[in-house]
Amino acid sequence: MMTHCKNYWVVPVSLSIALVLTIMPLPPHLQPFRPDWLSLVVLYWGMAIPSRFGLGLACLFALLLDVSQGTLLGQHAFGLCLILYVVLRMHRQVRVSSFIQQALFIAVLLLLKQLLVLWVDGIVGRSVENLWLYFAPSLIGMLLWPFVFIILRDIRRSLHIR
Amino acid sequence: MALSAAAMLTDHRHQHLQEVRNSLSQALYPLQYLVNLPSRLANWSSEIFSSHGQLLQENQRLKQQQLLLQARLQKLEIIDSENARLRELLHASFKVGENVLVAEMLAVDMDPYRQQVVINKGSNDDAYEGQPLIDAHGIIGQIIHAYPYSSEALLLTDLSHSIPAQLNRNGLRTIVSGTGKTNQLELLYISNSADIRIGDRIISSGLGRIFPANYPIGVVSSVKHYPGRDFVEAYATPSAHVGRSREVLLVWDKAKLAADTQATEAAKARP
Repeated sequence: MMTHCKNYWVVPVSLSIALVLTIMPLPPHLQPFRPDWLSLVVLYWGMAIPSRFGLGLACLFALLLDVSQGTLLGQHAFGLCLILYVVLRMHRQVRVSSFIQQALFIAVLLLLKQLLVLWVDGIVGRSVENLWLYFAPSLIGMLLWPFVFIILRDIRRSLHIR
Repeated sequence: MALSAAAMLTDHRHQHLQEVRNSLSQALYPLQYLVNLPSRLANWSSEIFSSHGQLLQENQRLKQQQLLLQARLQKLEIIDSENARLRELLHASFKVGENVLVAEMLAVDMDPYRQQVVINKGSNDDAYEGQPLIDAHGIIGQIIHAYPYSSEALLLTDLSHSIPAQLNRNGLRTIVSGTGKTNQLELLYISNSADIRIGDRIISSGLGRIFPANYPIGVVSSVKHYPGRDFVEAYATPSAHVGRSREVLLVWDKAKLAADTQATEAAKARP
């Protein structure tokens, strides 16, 4: 199904860039606020080209994220697959709504993913000292969503991926 | 979905997924390298563009330091041989010494809620899981995943990290546990009547069989006695520059290596 589209390479490249942004060093006091770039990009492609973008590629990149973060293998993949599934099912409603509505929807999904990751952390016995700060990336992600959306949409349109 | 849940479960319970982790890490290494590149470039360019005078000055300073350390080393060597002689007299086991290799931390961020680092030496350089890491001032952590070209290390200040240790002054044994803060360690299971003071130096005891004995861990920074409790609440500051040093040393215990090779040879000879 991917073979019809010759510019499909943009998708893995954008996911790689998201991964690089995730492991890029930041000053220590900014680290807890780092948005979940990979989820944002995955959610965009899930919404824009649901027929081409499946769980497989997202899962692979989420596993790479797990390895880079030293978390349990599959921890991020679990959360990401769940929220991607929601987006794939609901892409028609989300696509036509306004930026603000979209951003709120994305924020809920990002919170859900973080909750799942935290949940697994809790089961394995790792603790987080500041629970409120832990959910900050979701809100930052919500604020960044319009920019991510516009940038990726322009790239998608200029390369005729549909 | 179910696949990732299963993956998590197996990763938590068993070691089967090490291979998968290894191969994924190889795919990840170029990205990590890319992220590390700017800081390397910055280092490199600052070296290139530093002036002749600066270099001369640094050279001079390093030479002086070298002389100073050499002088101290002479004294230490004498003490070391004396120590060995005394131990022989006591028929005690004799510390053979360690092999070391310098590794560099990659400027790569990981989970902000765990104290972890990525270093640029892996199983291709004979690094192994559980290998101790030290810096110029003391123990800094241990390797938890050894990939072919890089390794993940857990710092001794992580909440889930503990080292068996003893006080240098009186040999009082304790366990040093991380608190999640880079400048604080907690001393566990020290009884209320124990002789412990602020400023006591803590060294590794080598009892856990992971860390070599007699390396500095930290200095006791606070001791509080609570009458109702069994143990003292004591904290220490790590000697190693956790979160500041870029270079670390991988340590191979020679005695342990010899024992391992003997064991493998014995296993080969047995058929």
